[in-house]
Amino acid sequence: MDINKNYFSDERGEDFKEIGQPRQRADTFGHVKGATQFYADRNVAGLLHLCMVRSPHHHARILRIDTSAAQRHPGVKQIITAKDVPHNVYTVLNLINFGPEVEPVLAFDKVRWRGEPVVAVIADRERSAQEGAALVRVDYEELPAVFDVEEALKAGAPLVNEYHGQNYYRYDSGESRKVKLGDVETALREADYILEERYDSSPIEHAPLETTGCIVVPDQNNRLICYTGTQAIFFTLDNASIILGMPPHRLHFVGGTAGGGFGGKVDCTVEPITLLAAMLTGRPVAFIYNRYEEMQISSPRAAERIYLKDGVMKDGRIVARQVRLYVDSGAYSRHSPYGTQKAAAHFPGPYTIPNVQIDCYCVYTNRTPSSAMRGFGVTIADFALEVQMDKLARLVGIDPLEFRFINAYRDGDMKAHHQLTEGAALIECMQEASVWANWPVDPRVLRMSSRERRTG
Amino acid sequence: MAKKRGRGVAAVNYPTGMNLGGDPTQALVHATTTGNFVVSLSSVDLGQGMKSIIAQICAETLGVPAERVIIDTADSDTGPHCMGTFASRGTHRIGNAVIAAAKEARGVLMEVAADLLEADPADLRTDGMGNVHVVGAPGVSVSVTDVALAAHFQKGRSIAGRGMFFIPRSFPSPTDGAMKPSTCYAHACAVTEVEVDTETGEVDVLSLKCVYEVGRALNPKIVEQQLVGGAWMAMSHALYETTEPYYPARDHGPADFNEYLMPGFGNLPKVEIRIIERPAPDGPYGAKGLGEMCANVPIPAIANAVFDAIGVRIDSLPLSPEKILRALQAGGDDTHRNS
Repeated sequence: MDINKNYFSDERGEDFKEIGQPRQRADTFGHVKGATQFYADRNVAGLLHLCMVRSPHHHARILRIDTSAAQRHPGVKQIITAKDVPHNVYTVLNLINFGPEVEPVLAFDKVRWRGEPVVAVIADRERSAQEGAALVRVDYEELPAVFDVEEALKAGAPLVNEYHGQNYYRYDSGESRKVKLGDVETALREADYILEERYDSSPIEHAPLETTGCIVVPDQNNRLICYTGTQAIFFTLDNASIILGMPPHRLHFVGGTAGGGFGGKVDCTVEPITLLAAMLTGRPVAFIYNRYEEMQISSPRAAERIYLKDGVMKDGRIVARQVRLYVDSGAYSRHSPYGTQKAAAHFPGPYTIPNVQIDCYCVYTNRTPSSAMRGFGVTIADFALEVQMDKLARLVGIDPLEFRFINAYRDGDMKAHHQLTEGAALIECMQEASVWANWPVDPRVLRMSSRERRTG
Repeated sequence: MAKKRGRGVAAVNYPTGMNLGGDPTQALVHATTTGNFVVSLSSVDLGQGMKSIIAQICAETLGVPAERVIIDTADSDTGPHCMGTFASRGTHRIGNAVIAAAKEARGVLMEVAADLLEADPADLRTDGMGNVHVVGAPGVSVSVTDVALAAHFQKGRSIAGRGMFFIPRSFPSPTDGAMKPSTCYAHACAVTEVEVDTETGEVDVLSLKCVYEVGRALNPKIVEQQLVGGAWMAMSHALYETTEPYYPARDHGPADFNEYLMPGFGNLPKVEIRIIERPAPDGPYGAKGLGEMCANVPIPAIANAVFDAIGVRIDSLPLSPEKILRALQAGGDDTHRNS
């Protein structure tokens, strides 16, 4: 890796002792030797194990839950159903005002996705817990399910989540988060070319080596210690406190070293139920996702569908961009309403376009709830935007890299969300790439600067 | 049946920190008896090297070597609040909180040192090696260890500091979406070459050159590790990964790493990284967040390179061999190059 110090050198001092030193990461040797202690590396005497009974259906009414056979199974110490959870229906983002509460810790009236937790079985060995879970009988009446984001928004689609009342998250701007700048309709009419395209993505998994989980140990002072791989200690503690109806001073969270996160460990899906299990049994309890649960149960990156409609002039200037984004939130909100809003702030990409209209929909379907993942709200948007830029360049007959220079944002340019651009450096990244990767462009664009306003 | 080569480019930006702000982080710093410094946090290290970066930031601000800084995280009983490790916020938010805490601690350190040296605190400087000197008086100095010992056992002073960093929440306008999503943005441009096997539909990424503008590379080695790791994740996202291969149908979801495909080491090209730096005015020593951006920019660059190679667009992630073969069968030809 090289650092090219020639760019923006007048904006930087270089007089440092520690900053800029390529020091070896302090935890490297522990990690590569397998010596680092993660949450699961706790040898606790008398540890119980939690196994979750999950919905086999995408959408179904729960008619009856019978735990009697499981209760009699040797080794089973505790069975938890929805009625045992003090504040069963919650939303993690309530802490930053993204209500309403829409997701049960344990399902009770119906299940909304295949894999939804229904009953927790706690036993003295992992195997006993699995056997006990297999003995729990749940009777369901299957309901029609919806899996496609645009189908879900049509009239007459099955209602996924009654707490929302409709199959989308309602922002204060309505059915979508909206951004508007200029007059898109007029600009599209006056453009030399129009290009309207659709982009799709599928859900992906964070795939950390360390699966999601925690171990809860009751201490001697009527407190519960939760060893966890969470990416957000107090966020998880505070949510657990709400769900358990328990004063937060009784909770003691210990973590700080995660075996991979990528956004997959901020959903508070394991800590509250494990704390409850430890409280009810008075024993330490572990709840650790197996690889199947990590793949199919833990929240993935949301699938997205993006429609881009652009107006471009023969000289390469993009004069209008219309965006419709559908984020597949699955059955519940988790962090997807936030991610959808982040996308609304990210479009139309790092380009100065005078006429922009953005509508970002957070849509509910009968699948595993999606949530945070590295770059969510932006990653799929960038895929769509940058493929679209390539297509536009070819449409007007300009080199794809040069085409980006023509439209690149610069300091002082107005963004779609009505903020002036500051600290831009897209042009300089592209200049360096052009020279370094031997992708020749017109010498004029190599003399551009993010600090000089565009002319003409 | 042929192997066709193509190349593609993409350019992106990425906001630092939680969208629209409102994501506080706090830090506490205190000196031990012998002049080591403990940073108390509740922040999480996901394997990206947060603890090391924070130690370097704290050391720079205090004026001591990084090995004298001990990171204590994350225990809710001892560490002050941190919103969490996500949203490319760790270095920026925690770093700023630690700078504030370290400045306050340094203020006490210099007062005690000035007392010992019979000098004005304004006339003192640290050498970054564990000593405090009087400016303009060569040879007149005291070690940080002796300052800390004196603070504890003679002067009754606590060399400590509290730090907080917070960007107030911005709320988007319901009508036109006017808002302030972030205070600073990192930037990137990627150029990649691929080879597509038109018989199997497999894509081989031959080279990947990425330029990143990161504000300031606080520790270039850790920056490189994160950017290379992110590039691999992006390659994997572009070409291999999904939990629902026939989305929106729910069938054939992989259950483990035998079924959830990712590139192996043999599939990875040499990832080459180049850094440029435009410091963020509110970044710790100018740094911006780069943890997420690096997993974004290679994806469209690869998609554009695949088109350049075979003349067919696949506008749906991942660009799996099955999709590529089906697209080729559906009739890839050069007329697509203009749309």
